[in-house]
Amino acid sequence: MLCSSVELGGKFLYGFLSPGEISQRLSCSRREFLRGATGAVLGSALASTSPFVHGQKAQQKRKIIVITFGGGARDQETFAPEGQENIPYLLNELAPQSSFFTRVTNHGILGHYVATASLATGVYETLNNFSAVPPDHPTVFEYFRKDLRRPLSDAWVVAPSNGFNRIGESGYRSYGSGATVILPKHLLQAATSGSGHNLDHLLRDNYEDPLYTPVLKGNDLELNQLDRILRLSVDDFMAHARTLSSPDELSVYIAKRLMQQESPSLLWITMHDMDIAHSGAYSLYIEGIRRTDRLCAEIWNAVQSEPEYKDNTTMFILPDFGRDADLDAGGNGFQHHRTGDAASRTTWMMALGKGVREKVIYDQPIQSIDLVPSLGAIMGFSPQLAQGKPIKEFL
Amino acid sequence: MKPANLKPADFSKYSPEARGLIIAHLQAIRQLPLSFLPNLLREAIDYDFKFPAERSEIEKELEVISRLSSAEREDWFRAFAQVTLTPELEGADWVNQPSRFAEQESAYLWTTHQQDTFRETATAYGARMRAASPPSELPVKRLGIAIIGKGVSSYNAPLFRNLRAHGTYFGKVKSDRGLQVLIDAVGERAMANPLPYGHWYVDGGEALEHDAQITCMSYNNLERARTALLRKMQGEIQRPGMGPEQLRTDLAAMKPSDLGMEKIGDPVLDRFQLKVLTEGSGTQIFSTTFAQWSARDALRRAQPLTLLVRFAPRQRMRPMNELLSDSRITPELDPVGSLVDADMGAYYHWINQQRLPGASQSAFIAWFEDHEQAVAVSPSLPRGVEWVSQISMEELLKMALN
Repeated sequence: MLCSSVELGGKFLYGFLSPGEISQRLSCSRREFLRGATGAVLGSALASTSPFVHGQKAQQKRKIIVITFGGGARDQETFAPEGQENIPYLLNELAPQSSFFTRVTNHGILGHYVATASLATGVYETLNNFSAVPPDHPTVFEYFRKDLRRPLSDAWVVAPSNGFNRIGESGYRSYGSGATVILPKHLLQAATSGSGHNLDHLLRDNYEDPLYTPVLKGNDLELNQLDRILRLSVDDFMAHARTLSSPDELSVYIAKRLMQQESPSLLWITMHDMDIAHSGAYSLYIEGIRRTDRLCAEIWNAVQSEPEYKDNTTMFILPDFGRDADLDAGGNGFQHHRTGDAASRTTWMMALGKGVREKVIYDQPIQSIDLVPSLGAIMGFSPQLAQGKPIKEFL
Repeated sequence: MKPANLKPADFSKYSPEARGLIIAHLQAIRQLPLSFLPNLLREAIDYDFKFPAERSEIEKELEVISRLSSAEREDWFRAFAQVTLTPELEGADWVNQPSRFAEQESAYLWTTHQQDTFRETATAYGARMRAASPPSELPVKRLGIAIIGKGVSSYNAPLFRNLRAHGTYFGKVKSDRGLQVLIDAVGERAMANPLPYGHWYVDGGEALEHDAQITCMSYNNLERARTALLRKMQGEIQRPGMGPEQLRTDLAAMKPSDLGMEKIGDPVLDRFQLKVLTEGSGTQIFSTTFAQWSARDALRRAQPLTLLVRFAPRQRMRPMNELLSDSRITPELDPVGSLVDADMGAYYHWINQQRLPGASQSAFIAWFEDHEQAVAVSPSLPRGVEWVSQISMEELLKMALN
C-alpha cells in the first residue's frame, strides 16, 4: 500500500544548468529561505542612502570584526531548509539583525590559506596554499594602519596555525606594518610543552590534507603573548583550555580575551573546525558547523557585553568559499572543494551591527575580494591595490 | 619533449600491454595537445592493472581519437590547445610521470585562473566521447545495496532523507535474516552473470562469509597495510622540507608490495586497494570513509553490476596526530556518528551508481541494519512515497529488481 507523498527535491535539475544559473539558484534559495524565516525584505526595495555614518570621529571609534569560516559550508547544511537545524544561532539570533548577501562568489584558488589571504588583501592571491609565506599584496591591516595611523595593537588576527601565521602583513614594498597574528594552538603548544597535559584535541591542524599533520611549535615568544597581552597566567590559560572541546573554541576564547584587554578596532578571526569534512566523516562536518554557529553567536554576545564594542561594532561573517556539490562527478560532495564548481565557489555573507540595516537581503552578485574595499569605505582607508569593488550598500 | 616528437622507445618503461596499446595509436597521440595528453597517459600507463571496464574505456577512447579526421581533431582539441603552460611543465617527464604532471598542471591552472575553462573543456570533451562511443547494454539491471548503522540499537532522527525523494521508503521491513538475504542476493547475481570484477562486497569492518565469485574488500582485512601506511606517513612527515604535496607525490609512487599487499594475490585488486588507501583522504583512519570511498571508486572504475557496501562503526574523533600514530590501540567507536556518515555514504553510493550506463534501469536499496527502515530506488517503484505495510527483505528486493 502506498501513501504520504513527499515533495521532490528537484536537485538533478542542477545538472542541466550553467554555473552562473546554479549560482543564482543557490542565491535565490538562500533568499527565499531567509525571507520566510526572518521576515527580511529585499535590499533592492530600499532607498539607496547609506546607513553608515562617515564622520571622522565616528570612524575613530568604529570597530570591525570579521569572522571567516576556513572550511566552507554548503547551503544544504546551512541556509537551505534541510540545513537549518544546524545553524539555530545564525538563523534565529543573528540573521534577524543582519544584512544578508546571498551571492558571494570566489573566483580564486579554493585553498583555505590562499583564499583567506585573498579575502584579506582584496586580490585573488596565487601563493602556495601550504607554505608559510606572506600575501603578495597589502592586507587590510596594512591599509588600515597606514592610512589611519593606527598602532600595532589596533589590528589583530586570530587564526588556525599552519601558514596563517604570515597573514597579518604582506611582502609588498612600502607596506608591511600590519596585524599581529595570534595562533592559539601555538600558544597552547607552548604552554603545554613537556607538561603532559591531555589537550591534544585542541591542537588539531591542517584538515585540508588530513594525511599531513605537521608538528606544531610554540615558543617563549608566544608564552610572552599570554602574559603581556592577554594578561593570562599559564595556569589560568591551561585551566580554561581544559574546559574546551575544539580548536575554534580556543580561538574564540583568545579573541574574547583580546577584546577585553586590547580592544582592537580591527579584529579578524578565522575558524577552522568544519574543515574536518576533508576526513570524509559527514557527522564530524555537521558537528563543526553547529559549533561554528554557536561560536559566532558567542562572539556577537561578547560584542554586546564589552563597552568598547557595544553599539560601535560592525561584524561580518562569511565562509571563504563553499564545498563541492553532491552531483559534481569531479568531486566527492561535501568532503572537498576541489572541483571549482558553482557550489564550491558560491557562498554568502552576513553583516550586522553598527550602521547595518537589519533584516535586509541583498541578491546582487558580489565577490569575496569586495570585502576589503568595503571595509575601507566604512573605516575611511584606501585599499589602493585591492582589485575588488566596495559593496555599494556600504557606501 | 613535445607530443609530436614521441617515439615508441619513449614508452619503454610502460608495462607491456600499456606500451602496446599506446604504440598502436601513436600516430594520433602525437597530434594531441600537451595540456590534454598526460591526462590520457595517466590512465593508460596503468592499463595492465586496470579493471576490464576501464580497459575497455581506454581502448574505446584511443580508437575514437584515432578515427578522427584532422579537421575533427582540430575541433575536438582546440580549447585544450589554447591552454597555456609553463616551460617547466613542457620540459617535465610527462611521458613517464603523467600523474605528477597532471597535479602540477592543475596547480598551475588554478594559479592562472584557467581552471574553470579547463574544467568546462574537459566536461565537453567527456560528453563528446560518450556520444561517440555509446556503452554496451548491460546483461542485467545494476543493483546497489548500502547497509548502514551496524551496532546502533536505536536512532530517532529520520534516516535516508536524501534518498527518500528518489524512491520508496519502507518503515516496516522484517529485519531478521535481512543481512543474509542481501549477501546471498549478491552471490546469486554473481553466479547468474559471472563477469570478472562484476559483483562486489565492501565491508567497513570484518567481511562476512560470501560467495567466492564476489570481489571483496574490507577495512579489517587491510589492517596491516593501513598500519604500515600510517607508519610510513609518520616517518615522511618528520622529514625536513616535507609538505603535503610532496607527501601525496610519494604516496602516489607506492606499490602494493611496499605495504605487504601483494600476498592477497590479485594484482588488479591490490592496486585498487592501495589507491583507496593512498589517494582517499581519511580512508586510512575512518572505516566509514573507507567504505564510502571504496564504493565510489569501485563504481567509477570497475562499474560492477552489483555492489553491496556494509558500513561499520568508525573510531571516535581524536587528534589527527593521534589517529595517525597509535593505530594499534583499540579505539573507542562512534556508532551513531558512523550511522550519520553512512547515511550520507549511501546517498553518494546511489549518486555514483546513477552516473553509470543503464542508470535509468538501475535499482538501489539502503537498509538500517537489524532495523525496520529501508529505502529503495528503482524504475519499478514510485518516488517520494512510503510503503506502510510490513515487508520481508526478499519481497523488497524483488520489488526493486522487478
